[in-house]
Amino acid sequence: MKVIILGIVVTLLAFLGITGPDTAPVMQDPEGAEMLKGAENSIYYEDNETCFKCHAQDFYTLEDAESGLSQKRVMCQNYIVDRDEYYQSNHWSFACTDCHSWEFSNFPHPTAERLQDHFSCLDCHGYDEAYAQYHFEEIEEEYNASTHAEIEGFSCWDCHNPHSYEINIRTSTNLKETILYDNNICLECHGNYSNFRLLSDIDEVDVVVSHEWLPNQVAHFAGVRCIECHTSINDSILVAHHILPKEQAVRNCTECHSSDSRLMATLYKFEAKEQRKRGFLNGVIVNNSYVIGATRNYFLNVASVVIFAGLMLVLMIHVFFRIKKK
Amino acid sequence: MAKRFYLYPVWIRSWHLINAILFIILILTGLSMHYASMDNRYFFFTFESAVAWHNVAAFILTASYVFYVLGNIVTGNGKYYRIKRKKFMQKLVKQSVYYGYGMFKGEEHPFPVSERRKFNPLQKLSYVLAMYVGLPVLIISGFGLLFPEILVGQFFGISGLAYTSVLHATMGFILFIFMVIHIYTCTLGDKPSTLFKSMIDGYHEEH
Repeated sequence: MKVIILGIVVTLLAFLGITGPDTAPVMQDPEGAEMLKGAENSIYYEDNETCFKCHAQDFYTLEDAESGLSQKRVMCQNYIVDRDEYYQSNHWSFACTDCHSWEFSNFPHPTAERLQDHFSCLDCHGYDEAYAQYHFEEIEEEYNASTHAEIEGFSCWDCHNPHSYEINIRTSTNLKETILYDNNICLECHGNYSNFRLLSDIDEVDVVVSHEWLPNQVAHFAGVRCIECHTSINDSILVAHHILPKEQAVRNCTECHSSDSRLMATLYKFEAKEQRKRGFLNGVIVNNSYVIGATRNYFLNVASVVIFAGLMLVLMIHVFFRIKKK
Repeated sequence: MAKRFYLYPVWIRSWHLINAILFIILILTGLSMHYASMDNRYFFFTFESAVAWHNVAAFILTASYVFYVLGNIVTGNGKYYRIKRKKFMQKLVKQSVYYGYGMFKGEEHPFPVSERRKFNPLQKLSYVLAMYVGLPVLIISGFGLLFPEILVGQFFGISGLAYTSVLHATMGFILFIFMVIHIYTCTLGDKPSTLFKSMIDGYHEEH
């Protein structure tokens, strides 16, 4: 219940914080050319409907041509793909059979095909010059060292649903929305025990209770991503994937609330490289939030020291004349 | 001839003492947060304890401020803060010249303290600005930082929190400067300790 309330609060906060333009449904291909997303722009729309007519529904009809029998069956939730989400995702331009075997065109789907391994991210994105700048190989190394890799059956897809995942931080125009999107990926399991226990035997952990030590928890949940504290920083990749055991998560406030804020190496890494402005230390954080200790203003700090020193000088002169008068 | 009369009732002295303690805590904890560093080269408090102390002290200060305003209304103490516009600028200049020059020449205080006049014109102006402008701004902006969801998201591409925080820190610094000057001017009695003693026993003394 607390997670639901927190989710509503976080959503409301993110909603209130929305001031930037909506993210345009545009993405770039590896060569940098812009491609308009959406079902109407997919050249595989008709082909994909062969799959979506069942896999975009809660029910499907099982038919037997020989006996002429048919029965309405409930589609397993794991096999449902939201059509609209798919055509707004990163993989929107693909045909289903680009990743799933052509044999799936037959129904019932052949068991041998269903038992085949799925592609992993590296199968397409790894060891390819077109994606070299994103360091997918290093991402895999980080993932393999993370706690998630210790879980049997866990894969990239458990966080990055290939049918709905969108690139976020790299193209973000509204950081609050990006944070919400990213944190919801974590909360999909860590805020929903039904999903969590599909992958782990660990007892339910209430994230609201386990983060009670955080002052102004709602502001933290809305202002930073879970991975800011729960991963180790890697300078060469944009989003850290080395999820740490909970005992190693950041608990020292000054790791973020200081002029050397780790947020500059995590949440604001992309923008931080782009700009430094208005004399604010870590000024890029100022655009979206205010992190006490990390966003102090250099000029105001200097001015305050000068004013205080000037006052002390005046008072000392005053004291001098008082003593002299006596 | 020596003058001694009761000028500071118990409620004012109690409020003043609490206010002074809270101000010191808030300044020290505020500095500790503002200049927080990763290697714990903190000023006076660790970041975590500074946040906790700052929040608690701020709530008590708010309650104490409400008590102060109500006290001024109910007891009539507010009349000492009333500024009469007639020749006020001249009075300010006169008081400033006394502090900067006249007192070293042995001149008489231009606005001596009496049962009817607790503050000189400079005190009046600075106290009114500090207590009825500075402190409300500090309290309201502080609550804005404590409950950031009530602030505007962004304004001209900068977070509403950032504006509020700069306002809060700047006003905190101005009131800190006020406090330093206030403490210094309190050494200007007959003896450096005379006016401090007045705020303990409530009696104003002059020779």
